[in-house]
Amino acid sequence: MASAVMNMTTAALDWVTVVFDAPLARAVVFGVHIDGHLVVEVLLVAVILFQLTRKSYKPPKKPLTEKEIDDLCDEWVPEPLHPPITEEMKAEPPILESAAGPHTVIDGKEVVNFASANYLGLLGNEKIADSCITSLEKYGVGSCGPRGFYGTIDVHLDCETRIAKFMGTPDSILYSYGISTIFSVIPAFCKKGDIIVADEGVHWGVQNGLYLSRSTVVYFKHNDMASLESTLEKLTHENKQAEKIRRYIVVEAIYQNSGQIASLNEIVRLKEKYRFRVILDESHSFGVLGNSGRGLAEYYGVPIEKIDIITAGMGNALATDGGFCTGSVRVVDHQRLSSSGYVFSASLPPYLASAAISAVNYLEDNPSVLTQLRSNIALLWKGLADILGLAIASHPLSPIVYLKLKKSTGSSKSDLELLNIITDRVLKEDSVFIVSTKRSVLDKCRLPVGIRLYVSAGHSESDIHKVCDSLRRVAALVLV
Amino acid sequence: MVRLPYLTALTTLFSYGLLFAFGQLRDFFRKIIDWSKSSSKDLKGYAPICLGLEDFYTRRLYLRIQDCFSRPIASAPDAWIDVVERYSNDNNKTLHRTSNTTKCLNLGSYNYLGFAAADEYCTPHVIDSLKKYSCSTCSVRVDGGTTDLHTELEELVARFVGKPAAITFGMGYVTNSAIIPVLIGKGGLIISDSLNHNSIVNGARGSGAAVRVFQHNNPLHLEEVLREQIAEGQPRTHRPWKKIIVIVEGIYSMEGELCQLPEIIAVCKKYKVYTYLDEAHSIGAVGKTGRGVCELLGVDPADVDIMMGTFTKSFGSCGGYIAASKEIIQYLKYTCPAYLYATSMSPPAVQQVISAIKVILGEDGSNRVGGFLIDLVTPGAQKLARIRENSNFFRSELQKMGFEVLGDSDSPVMPIMLYNPAKIPAFSRECLRQNVAVVTVAFPATPLLLARARICISAAHSREDLIKGLEVISKVGDLAGIKYFPVEPPKHETQGHKELE
Repeated sequence: MASAVMNMTTAALDWVTVVFDAPLARAVVFGVHIDGHLVVEVLLVAVILFQLTRKSYKPPKKPLTEKEIDDLCDEWVPEPLHPPITEEMKAEPPILESAAGPHTVIDGKEVVNFASANYLGLLGNEKIADSCITSLEKYGVGSCGPRGFYGTIDVHLDCETRIAKFMGTPDSILYSYGISTIFSVIPAFCKKGDIIVADEGVHWGVQNGLYLSRSTVVYFKHNDMASLESTLEKLTHENKQAEKIRRYIVVEAIYQNSGQIASLNEIVRLKEKYRFRVILDESHSFGVLGNSGRGLAEYYGVPIEKIDIITAGMGNALATDGGFCTGSVRVVDHQRLSSSGYVFSASLPPYLASAAISAVNYLEDNPSVLTQLRSNIALLWKGLADILGLAIASHPLSPIVYLKLKKSTGSSKSDLELLNIITDRVLKEDSVFIVSTKRSVLDKCRLPVGIRLYVSAGHSESDIHKVCDSLRRVAALVLV
Repeated sequence: MVRLPYLTALTTLFSYGLLFAFGQLRDFFRKIIDWSKSSSKDLKGYAPICLGLEDFYTRRLYLRIQDCFSRPIASAPDAWIDVVERYSNDNNKTLHRTSNTTKCLNLGSYNYLGFAAADEYCTPHVIDSLKKYSCSTCSVRVDGGTTDLHTELEELVARFVGKPAAITFGMGYVTNSAIIPVLIGKGGLIISDSLNHNSIVNGARGSGAAVRVFQHNNPLHLEEVLREQIAEGQPRTHRPWKKIIVIVEGIYSMEGELCQLPEIIAVCKKYKVYTYLDEAHSIGAVGKTGRGVCELLGVDPADVDIMMGTFTKSFGSCGGYIAASKEIIQYLKYTCPAYLYATSMSPPAVQQVISAIKVILGEDGSNRVGGFLIDLVTPGAQKLARIRENSNFFRSELQKMGFEVLGDSDSPVMPIMLYNPAKIPAFSRECLRQNVAVVTVAFPATPLLLARARICISAAHSREDLIKGLEVISKVGDLAGIKYFPVEPPKHETQGHKELE
């Protein structure tokens, strides 16, 4: 039995050897005898190649079919464009029926107006109105084009030179709307990768500009110079290549959200120490601070060349509309091509530019209007010192007098409701028009809400006494 | 559609390459000269405002032709303007004004209905409102800046456009930048046309929503993009989008084309997305009664969710508006930053718009010839008819002369293609020498190779003005070599030839 198996295996092995070495059909290919082992090797190589060309196993990725996309589109339910309308959304502001001067007419009744930022009392000024009328008759109302395409009218160029001469800077540039000034200037200078240090109480225009610039923004505590110094120290200490990156500090001269005044001498000292550039928004201080109304730099005695970029809206002290930006020649020229609010928008209507020129001329000729404004503010402070439940939170020299609740109810929404009750009653019962601060959903500022009083040089003493008495009475009734 | 011949593309690229090379050479020499001089100590440690190549285009290309842009004028932007002459001592780096002016035909201002200069109906009302309300309210709308003029304007605009309610702002640019972030935020999607205006791009970027672009004026590509985006959802998380808004313009100011509104609205309704129509150039200028592209293309205003427009172009004033349903407008009045923080529109400007709309609607109480001729005689209807005739006449004549003119018929904006960078100052300066003021546009407002001259027709142009403009443009076009298409022979000449033979 074993020998039979042995015989069979040897016979098989012999056969295999013979087959391996048997010349196949006596073929001679390229001078090589085709032996049997060549066939096996060729087959092996063929099998290896076949396996290599197979795709490795992955679970198949099927794109969505048309029908599936149709189903997804049918299922999708969008949110409505606006949230449900609540009662407070339906409130309408009071409608004025005459010019917004110190006295105005609402609903047929004459009221004392503390809601217009008409700081120098220039609304209704005869000279300004005359220059507007000449301008309207010559140029019409609109300028019908952006500055690059025949929208530059000679009054614009005159206005720019006049403002630059008044401020003491080489040149200035005009924008067609107050709020668009700051949110066009910041993205023109700050790009991705730059560092900006900004006060946390800046208004929405500045916040929007900071967001659009795509730079790194660090906020410091509102008007707190120690916080600013520590932030600057931290930022420059960390990276040594801060030389190549542009760095800016953005502050407002008089903060719209609190009435505080920025300490410019401290800021300039810090800026020179850490090599930052300063962007200063002087919307509410131009024409108000300083002996001749030249703004924050004059008030602190800082030479104007130390501030790199100054912007201001002209809708406050100058009683027109629009805005300007001023600084060195390099700063102003750069904006003429890269500031989107200047290049892509129609220019300021010519009559508003003439009004601005007349307003600046008036301010330069009559600096006594500033002393009048200051005495009005001091009088108002004295009258409001002893009101129950409300405290003054602004700087003594600021024309925006900011009253906030001594004891907050805890949420700014209910604070605002309380303040609205006060302002409504003051308007209805005593014919004094004051307003509370209203915040947009998009506003990131977290400073407390309050009542804002805009003092004007056109207010008389009796107006100021009236508002103090009225607030005292109503606050006592509402804020028990 | 722009058809760019190969030879022109090559020569344009070559010209730009040459300019770039020369610019780099000059920069190199400037660097050597600056390195040998010491830099001032004040600026040590401060990074420069513009690094290296950021303003290369401005310094080396734009400054050479700076005198073609920002030309000051000394009169109202009417059909004829006084252009102030300027001179330069340092090869166009700085320009100085003189007190001389030249009277030129104005083919560049956005004065579609001719309200730019002092108008006999509008200006007395504007001066009255100036005396009553003075030139500003110094206050924001929500505080003490709403006068009865503002409420009257909003009602009038809503009625004119055909929507339930409207809200107005003092500047058109701010309208877009401040409204879009209120309507949509993070988690939403904005799909905008690839050639939308800078204000829309800024508003979309400021909102925090994702932005996708669809091919200009192509409803099929819009549908593709919509299907893909709704099916995929938000990037990386694949959660469904909270809402989607599609933003288009009525007339595109650099192309002169009308938007394909009916098809786009149909696509948007099918996929439940919201539409936002920016009618800056088309409101008041197109349509039988001046109500914009909706009227011209037969779209019901109720189908468009939000309609935006500006008062700068057709109404000769300043400012912008949004018209939508009552609830949306109430919500905007509650929270829009431009309503809460920006000074309200100047009252004389408001009065100008009110008077202009009344003239267009025919409610200005002007003399009317009785009976069925009433529509043809009111000044407003005359203006509307005149701008349509003027645009169509001018466009057809230019095309007959062999120029490549873009845009649809009825649109008052017509770009003429120039392409080569040297033709831009040549065309502009030569036209000015012959007393015609034109606007030329180049990079970055248009793509690099597609520089053009843009003509804006107004209802204030008379037939003689247009003919003079055509003569000058034809002469200058021959000199500059921009007649890219064959000239159509005028009909009476061929007949004359036939008779001679």
